[in-house]
Amino acid sequence: MSGGQVSLDRRPVLRGIDLTVKPGEVVAVLGANGSGKSTLIRALLGLTPLSGGSTLLYGAPPARFREWWRIGYVPQRLSVGGGVPTTIREVVASGRIARQRRLRPTSPADREATDRALETVGMARRAADPVQALSGGQQQRVLIARALAGEPDTFVMDEPTAGVDAQSQQLLADTLSTLVDQGKTVLLVAHELGPLEPLITRAVVLRDGFVCHDGPPPHAVGAHALPGHDHVHPHAEEKPASPLDWRPTS
Amino acid sequence: MIDLLQFDFMQRALIAALLVGLAAPAIGTFIVQRRLALLGDGIGHVALTGVALGFLTGTAPVLTAVAVSVLGAVAIELVHARGRTSGDVALALLFYGGIAGGVLLISLAPGGSNATLMSYLFGSISSVSTQDVWVIGLLAAAVLGMVAFFGRELYVLCQDEEVARASGLPVRFLSLLIAVTAALTVVIAMRVVGLLLVSALMVVPVATSQQLTRGFRSTMALSMLFGMISTVGGLTSSFYIEVPPGAIIVIVALAGFVLALGLGRFVRRSRPQESSP
Repeated sequence: MSGGQVSLDRRPVLRGIDLTVKPGEVVAVLGANGSGKSTLIRALLGLTPLSGGSTLLYGAPPARFREWWRIGYVPQRLSVGGGVPTTIREVVASGRIARQRRLRPTSPADREATDRALETVGMARRAADPVQALSGGQQQRVLIARALAGEPDTFVMDEPTAGVDAQSQQLLADTLSTLVDQGKTVLLVAHELGPLEPLITRAVVLRDGFVCHDGPPPHAVGAHALPGHDHVHPHAEEKPASPLDWRPTS
Repeated sequence: MIDLLQFDFMQRALIAALLVGLAAPAIGTFIVQRRLALLGDGIGHVALTGVALGFLTGTAPVLTAVAVSVLGAVAIELVHARGRTSGDVALALLFYGGIAGGVLLISLAPGGSNATLMSYLFGSISSVSTQDVWVIGLLAAAVLGMVAFFGRELYVLCQDEEVARASGLPVRFLSLLIAVTAALTVVIAMRVVGLLLVSALMVVPVATSQQLTRGFRSTMALSMLFGMISTVGGLTSSFYIEVPPGAIIVIVALAGFVLALGLGRFVRRSRPQESSP
């Protein structure tokens, strides 16, 4: 993305962002609530229209991008919609959609990828249960399994750790480290990194619609580094902002 | 049941009822999941203008109803996609316009009156002609074909529109497809239960089956079964106890919902407790 600007309801949320994610990177977008983290990754994918600047997916603007199977998007939460029940397996299997053709029945490869994804997040035994009966952390695992089933090159995750129990967080970290070993690219939004921290190769910190830090993940210092420390205060305040990376383009 | 099949009009009515019972809940499952349960009602209101237009211009009301309700459905979908807060008000405006337009146009038609519209508002399945059965059959095949062809994509869309977009699905086209398919369903069901009750066949069987099922596919299959039971069951009982078929079909469907509500509660309680691992 270069010079990316987004306004929601005429209020500028992103005010000139330059960001390039290279293959194999594990990028965490950090920042306080309302700093535009989620908006940034949605704009990167073309889900939220830009009011200025441009964004490219593998070199193509979103409207002309055709290789959507290369991207696995994990939304912030599972949307329940009108409440028609649906099983865990149905949701995970739908992650294959970008690789499937109309009228072509589900292939053995589809089925295997779905099984593998369910296995990875530890949901294989519950595949026939309705997703509505799951806790927040379990639903998050189902969403990640859906992206895994599509076997993409790049994972884009919106707050995969928010409201997730410790066990699911550890499972997410383990899954991510496998993906990183496979050379996949990961871009994730997080309020707090938790067990993901050692995996992150680059951190992008947003503040007031600008990038205020871009580089190695800022390490928590002092009391924040103690295990079990509860991170409840806004982040942007204590992150070492590095003015060199400021790139106001507007 | 045998004596009822001796009448030609009853045979035609039963075929029409069966087709409607099958097609309406199939598209209805997607509509309910997309939180558009009232879409059918909106299209039904607009279709009334189409029916009146048919009488006014001397063309078959079914054809004009198809044309106008498809246009109306597209308009509703555009309003839904565009607006956020003013959406339901805009929809309401369209509903009123549909009814008022229908009543106005029918009064201009030679020999037309509100009584002419009654059979469309409340259905008149016993007067279905052979030609009507063919039209209903074709439209029902079109609806079921669309669900079979685009089902997987529609599932992703109805689950989460953003994920659908991030999977490269043609979101705008699929949304319009749902609206147009709903419009076709409304026209098919118009002769069976009437425009005012059309939506019931798209929504009630789905609401009934989701009390009992755990998956999307099974919900759709079961709702199609419930749909057929309601339309055929309602039609049969109307033959014996002389009540309007449209009304009794919907009452049968609603009775099924109440039963399923109780049964679903019982089934869930007797299931092994879903504990978190």
